[in-house]
Amino acid sequence: MGAKHFGARVTRLEDPALLAGRGRFVDDVKLPGLLHACFVRSPHAHAKLRGCDARAALIMPGVHAVMTADDLPEPMRDTPLPLLLPNPALNVPRTQTALARGEVCYVGQAVAVVVADTRYIAEDAAAALVVHYEVLPAVADCRAAAEDGGPGAHSDLTTNVASTFSLAYGDTDAAFADAAHVFREELWQHRGGGMAIETRAVLAHHEPVSDLLTVWSGTQTPHIGRRMLADLIGRDLQSIRVIAPDVGGGFGPKAIFYPEEAVIPAAALKLGRPVKWIEDRREHFLCATQERDQYWDVAIAVDGEAKILGVRGRMLHDTGAYVPWGIVMPYIAASTVPGPYVVPSYRLETVVVLTNKVPTTPVRGAGRPQAVFAMERLIDRVARELKIDRTEVRRRNLIQPEQMPYEVGLMFRDGKPLVYDSGDYPRGQDKALALAGYDDFRERQEAALEQGRFIGIGLANYVEGTGLGPFEGVTVRVLPSGKVAVATGATSQGQGTRTTLSQIVAEEVGCRLDDVVMTVGDTAAISQGIGAFASRQAVNAGSSAHVAGQAVRQQLIALAARALGVQETDIDLEDGVATAQRGNKPSIAFGDLARLAQGIPGVSLPAGQSAGIEHTAYYTPTQAAYCSGTHVAEVQVDAMTGGVKVLRYTVAHDSGRVINPLIVDGQVQGGVAHGIGNALLEWMQYDANAQPLTTSFADYMLPMATDVPTCAIAHVETVNPLNPLGVKGAGEGGTIPAPAAIVAAVEDALSPFGVRFAEMPLTPERIVATLRAAGAYDRLFAG
Amino acid sequence: MGKQATRVMVNGKSYARVVDARLTLADFLRHELNLTGTHLGCEHGVCGACTVLVDGRTARSCLMFAVQANGCAVTTVEGLAPDGQLSVLQQAFIDNHGLQCGFCTPGMLMTLTELLGDTPEPSEQDVREALTGNLCRCTGYAGIVAAALDAAQRLRGTVAKPGSP
Repeated sequence: MGAKHFGARVTRLEDPALLAGRGRFVDDVKLPGLLHACFVRSPHAHAKLRGCDARAALIMPGVHAVMTADDLPEPMRDTPLPLLLPNPALNVPRTQTALARGEVCYVGQAVAVVVADTRYIAEDAAAALVVHYEVLPAVADCRAAAEDGGPGAHSDLTTNVASTFSLAYGDTDAAFADAAHVFREELWQHRGGGMAIETRAVLAHHEPVSDLLTVWSGTQTPHIGRRMLADLIGRDLQSIRVIAPDVGGGFGPKAIFYPEEAVIPAAALKLGRPVKWIEDRREHFLCATQERDQYWDVAIAVDGEAKILGVRGRMLHDTGAYVPWGIVMPYIAASTVPGPYVVPSYRLETVVVLTNKVPTTPVRGAGRPQAVFAMERLIDRVARELKIDRTEVRRRNLIQPEQMPYEVGLMFRDGKPLVYDSGDYPRGQDKALALAGYDDFRERQEAALEQGRFIGIGLANYVEGTGLGPFEGVTVRVLPSGKVAVATGATSQGQGTRTTLSQIVAEEVGCRLDDVVMTVGDTAAISQGIGAFASRQAVNAGSSAHVAGQAVRQQLIALAARALGVQETDIDLEDGVATAQRGNKPSIAFGDLARLAQGIPGVSLPAGQSAGIEHTAYYTPTQAAYCSGTHVAEVQVDAMTGGVKVLRYTVAHDSGRVINPLIVDGQVQGGVAHGIGNALLEWMQYDANAQPLTTSFADYMLPMATDVPTCAIAHVETVNPLNPLGVKGAGEGGTIPAPAAIVAAVEDALSPFGVRFAEMPLTPERIVATLRAAGAYDRLFAG
Repeated sequence: MGKQATRVMVNGKSYARVVDARLTLADFLRHELNLTGTHLGCEHGVCGACTVLVDGRTARSCLMFAVQANGCAVTTVEGLAPDGQLSVLQQAFIDNHGLQCGFCTPGMLMTLTELLGDTPEPSEQDVREALTGNLCRCTGYAGIVAAALDAAQRLRGTVAKPGSP
């Protein structure tokens, strides 16, 4: 493959329209007769529904309908939303109904919807709706909920344990019995959200002449959403079109199929008018799925040389009130722990617990930040106890490149053995440390300490299974205009999917980037699709674009050779023109070839020629693509306020062959920002009754421009041998090890006081309280 | 609901409308004037996606009523490139990967337009502090900061504007 487009630092095709204010997000879609919806949501974490009085709401001018569960069509009325990822280990496969029936199980659960002329009126009417609740005891703490005898998160359940499962290999008992040293850590990671700046959004329109139901949704997974909606509403797939237009960030929570995506189409069908719902930020805090929220009790066994003999423990996962994505996230967490290290034996018991909170589903990182936090905290502990440098302990235990492909001994969540396809972890760590100036850090730290500044450094390694199947498709079609139409089930919430796929197609087909006309996120454009999650699109859709592009290239060459009367080997394709590399170099444009490929009505096509110039490929990966990396964080801690400033952040990242360094670096930098938020700022808090306490950006802090330094990024490109492009995912690696590296750096900065941290987020309050408990202020004031 | 006449100059064009007194300036721009480039990310004045210029100064259009802009001149993102030619700042966003999903971008552009007008030679810290009123979840801010510094340099004429990519 040449380097004209693939691998080049190409600026993005998406940018000009977005910069000029010409993006098209769901709320920008205008339709005649449009009505606006507002949901009525439970103010209680757990309650029985005892009726609803809509009279006051219905007489308000401009109100068109109030719908509760009874007003929904069959089978949506009482069918729970589909469970996307069933698993035999899931004992309580419970999902919510589109509108609550009988019982509400988290604050914010949708009880009714009001439809009105404007959103202002819909909100007035929603406030006028009287819903009668009988409040039940709420389950807020998953540790208590896991024990028998407490209140149930659902009144009909006798247990809150949705699943218990064990991931294990090797003989941990023997490893721990024989170990020179065993160290145990209890760790906690609390909840955060995806917090895309565009909230969720749904607009539905039924067009009676064609009987087509069109749904614009700010989703990562339009094809999956269409399938689920079809089941819930009793329509055939081809009578529903789901479009994810410009979507303002995803980060995982928009991969879920939500009640609103079923209710708004139902309302549009019932009223015969288009209906739009735009989530507000408070609703996003209450109802969009969240993540992390795990308690770990883990131990590591090492020999006298700090070589790992085994890791074992127990992890408690708060899944919230329902399990729309099954147990995928705790499963990923449990299988990510061994990471880049040779861990001869491993056993983790996982308990998935229901509580009366909004469900947890994958948020950027999807269980991996927690697992990496656990493993890296253990390794830091080993280094401290055995007085060996943290980098050296890691070096002694990293899987070596010659051990690739490396079989860990577990099954991954893709249903395949966890086998790392490629990677050079020692080189990644070395590159990151060199770029971070690790070797002279102690001098810098001493100099800073002399000035009264506490600076510290921390590092963390990770391996991430990306590019998960089952497939993603790409159609490449040459149009009579000479443009190259590309359609894919892949979607974009800012990842630059359009640009990346255009680069791959242009490279294969031999056209200009500007001549690629791309349709993403539209179920009408391609029959099958999955969408964006698990850093999967470059691997899946990228490979499909490559395969489809190659097939179209071959079709173009065959047609051009016939048209120009030369051998196929004489044809060169460039910038949308096929040129014979002999004689006076006759040429023919792609548009003319596309017309030839239409044939002549009634006349048989030449042998071997198919209709049009087009090909659809559905690449199906045989297993996950394992990317990896090392992060090094350097921080300064204000001991008096507990404030942490990230001074310097370094990443060495292996996402295989890089299609566009501009975009990959942007993904890494953005991922690190998310990780800084997780490490230091973001904390979705609930009270003892499972009432959310942090429901605005004044209470829940996102990283600002002053919180996130510009990262130094190095690429380690080990080619993935399993897909035709040699690529691995890049979307989540920036987030995964960041909390582990940052918390380690804070601990290092405060090493004069000997304090330890075992949690994220690490808030100023926690730092000050820990310093106070360690007597730090007595020493500081005495000094 | 009380209605009120309001006259606003938006991107150089005068609009007279009778609107609900409680209609926010953001909803007025987006849904009355169909200028949908101004986005709403939180509607409580933190995220900054809805930032516009009112009489040349940045303002949260989610925290202002349309009637409060009566007699004012408002500039939105659509006003930054009126003839279709992207501004120097917009071009710098392309060249420095200053946006991913593009949702927060209009607010970023308005804040930085004000900054570059007030402070032609901003330091990186000036840029970062100016941006603390605008949240971005995608980029980690690096590309935005680089774009602002690049645009400042181009506007001062110290670096020749590179050709279009």
